[in-house]
Amino acid sequence: MTKYIIRRLLVFFPMLFALTIIVFTLLKLAPGDPYSQIMDPNIDASVFEEMRKEQGLDDPIHKQYFRWVTSVVQGDFGESFRHKGRTVAELIWSRLPNTFYLGAFSVFITIIVALPIGIYSARNPYSLFDYAATGFGFFGLAVPNFLFGVVAIYLFAIKLGWFPAQGSVSQPGLAGFDLFLAKLHHLFLPGITLGLSSTAAYMRYMRSEVLSVLGSDYIRTARAKGLTERTVLYKHTLRNALIPIITLLGFEIGTLLSGAVITENVFKFPGIGTLYIESIGARDYPVIMAITLMLGFFTLLGNLIADILYAIVDPRIRYD
Amino acid sequence: MTETPVLEVKGLKTYFYLDDEKVAKAVDGVDIVIRRGETVALVGESGSGKSITSLSIMRLVDKPGRIEAGEILYQGKDLAKLSEKEMTRVRGNDIAMIFQEPMTALNPVFTIGNQITEVLRKHMKLSKKEAFERGVELLKMVGFPRPRETMHEYPHQLSGGMRQRAMIAMAISCNPKLLVADEPTTALDVTIQAQILDLLDEMKKKLDMSILLITHDLAVVSEYADRVLVMYGGQIVEEAPTDKIFADPQHPYTKGLLESLPTLDKETERLGSIKGVVPPAYRFPKGCRFSDRCPYAMDKCQAINPELKHTTFDHKVRCHLYE
Ligand SMILES: Nc1ncnc2c1ncn2[C@@H]1O[C@H](COP(=O)(O)OP(=O)(O)OP(=O)(O)O)[C@@H](O)[C@H]1O
Ligand SMILES: [Mg+2]
Repeated sequence: MTKYIIRRLLVFFPMLFALTIIVFTLLKLAPGDPYSQIMDPNIDASVFEEMRKEQGLDDPIHKQYFRWVTSVVQGDFGESFRHKGRTVAELIWSRLPNTFYLGAFSVFITIIVALPIGIYSARNPYSLFDYAATGFGFFGLAVPNFLFGVVAIYLFAIKLGWFPAQGSVSQPGLAGFDLFLAKLHHLFLPGITLGLSSTAAYMRYMRSEVLSVLGSDYIRTARAKGLTERTVLYKHTLRNALIPIITLLGFEIGTLLSGAVITENVFKFPGIGTLYIESIGARDYPVIMAITLMLGFFTLLGNLIADILYAIVDPRIRYD
Repeated sequence: MTETPVLEVKGLKTYFYLDDEKVAKAVDGVDIVIRRGETVALVGESGSGKSITSLSIMRLVDKPGRIEAGEILYQGKDLAKLSEKEMTRVRGNDIAMIFQEPMTALNPVFTIGNQITEVLRKHMKLSKKEAFERGVELLKMVGFPRPRETMHEYPHQLSGGMRQRAMIAMAISCNPKLLVADEPTTALDVTIQAQILDLLDEMKKKLDMSILLITHDLAVVSEYADRVLVMYGGQIVEEAPTDKIFADPQHPYTKGLLESLPTLDKETERLGSIKGVVPPAYRFPKGCRFSDRCPYAMDKCQAINPELKHTTFDHKVRCHLYE
């Protein structure tokens, strides 16, 4: 197990290194630097030259890279171009919790909806229920997030008025459980929108996994031992069927974040995704780069978590 | 008065309802009697219906298969009539089963100990600790050198032979009266095969079990079985004590099987001396099911399927040649 994790880490760190190189290169390719934004005709161009030198922007590229990486590792992404005087880290921290709640809510919905439906479908294959679930599955995979989001807003927010159309908690002064409920109320539509396609996908995975495990020799053995159908299903079948599912959930982190960019913008939800798009619109490069780096980092981290989870749930790998 | 047999199967029919309205008659009117302490071999080529017969006895036939007719009397009680819940108290407790593939028959994500103790706890109502100690005892009995450690090991850490030993330990854990072994050694090395069969034989004597041994290896039959049932096309075609099957095979199919057995004095192995293959269970020939492959086939054979009839008091055959 330790050896396995070390092997995974040996892959993780070079990937992380490659990611920083890519983001740094993008940063350098981006037109201009902090000083090209300041267009004050009263200041002589030579002053900027001087300041550039002072900031190390004329240093050899590898020196610049190391300085950048060192500060990034410490959580210092510099200052935003757009919001003068605010650091990038501050901006991100103000939005990150919302995105986290959104992601967690959507994963929660995915799990409690997709897994039971998948299991039930597998136990009753080719039943009416199974066909209905399959239909929903295709719908969920085929309909783009943003379209579903727009329709959901129209139907459930504007027409029926059940949920707020956009944003997060608006009334100040809410606290405790009320705040929690208000947040949940705001999370509901964007949460199911974000979770729609993964719910559909996980339902299909779960169905096919359970179906294939149910047909395996060790399930026949379990039945031949006189175990009840409950034990056969909840112990012997699920434990095996969940191995690939748990692994996929690790990979889900990256997918979720990129999905959040679109969903948050449809719902004007104040998370990382809206910040990303706003920053792109305003050419706020430090923020763009920081979020790009973050998305990449979380995707890599998700893969690492997936690999480790895989080893935890599957003894054949754990004892390699 | 004779003792009630441990198992008595009467007129068992298990059919599979296939998509295109075809019906595969995998088991089509089978009678089996197994007495206390007996090892009965069920032999036949691939596809003759041996596994489906054994799964029917356990009531473990999967869809689209179904037990159509017949009685499965275990100590006089008809298993075919039991509810699924009552059946779970019979499986693993009164009748246990082991399978061909030790590599895949154990659940890969649970320890051997977990998989043994769950049977003991279910049927014997043992506590966790008692079940563990009994598990260690059982593993020791089936030949594990370090049973206590093995309890904590996973199936993939054991060799094929050792896994089959673990399967046997699970099967005998609740002192079943009958053990159904479906080709228990087919997937193993020749040297291991003999060890496993010897172990089964030893356990049978120790625990006063009966065994239904399914195999297509006649060498195994001659060494371990008391009685032999030869199966073809979902039916029993010959039944006799082991020595009589070898000394006086009567059905042309049994003769063919024996001729294909490699013997020591012959250099060339005459494997597969029966021409053709077992017909699919949804398309048996009219008349005798072996008629299209039989070297002695007569007109009558194509028209009428013979009954299984006594030729001597302990020898039965299903063939027009003996009428
Ligand atoms: N799930 C199924 N669907 C349709 N037909 C089946 C199914 N399972 C078995 N059969 C049919 O039942 C017949 C008997 O199969 P069975 O597995 O009992 O053979 P066997 O004698 O055990 O052969 P082997 O030596 O290969 O194990 C086969 O001809 C097969 O066509
Ligand atoms: Mg078989």
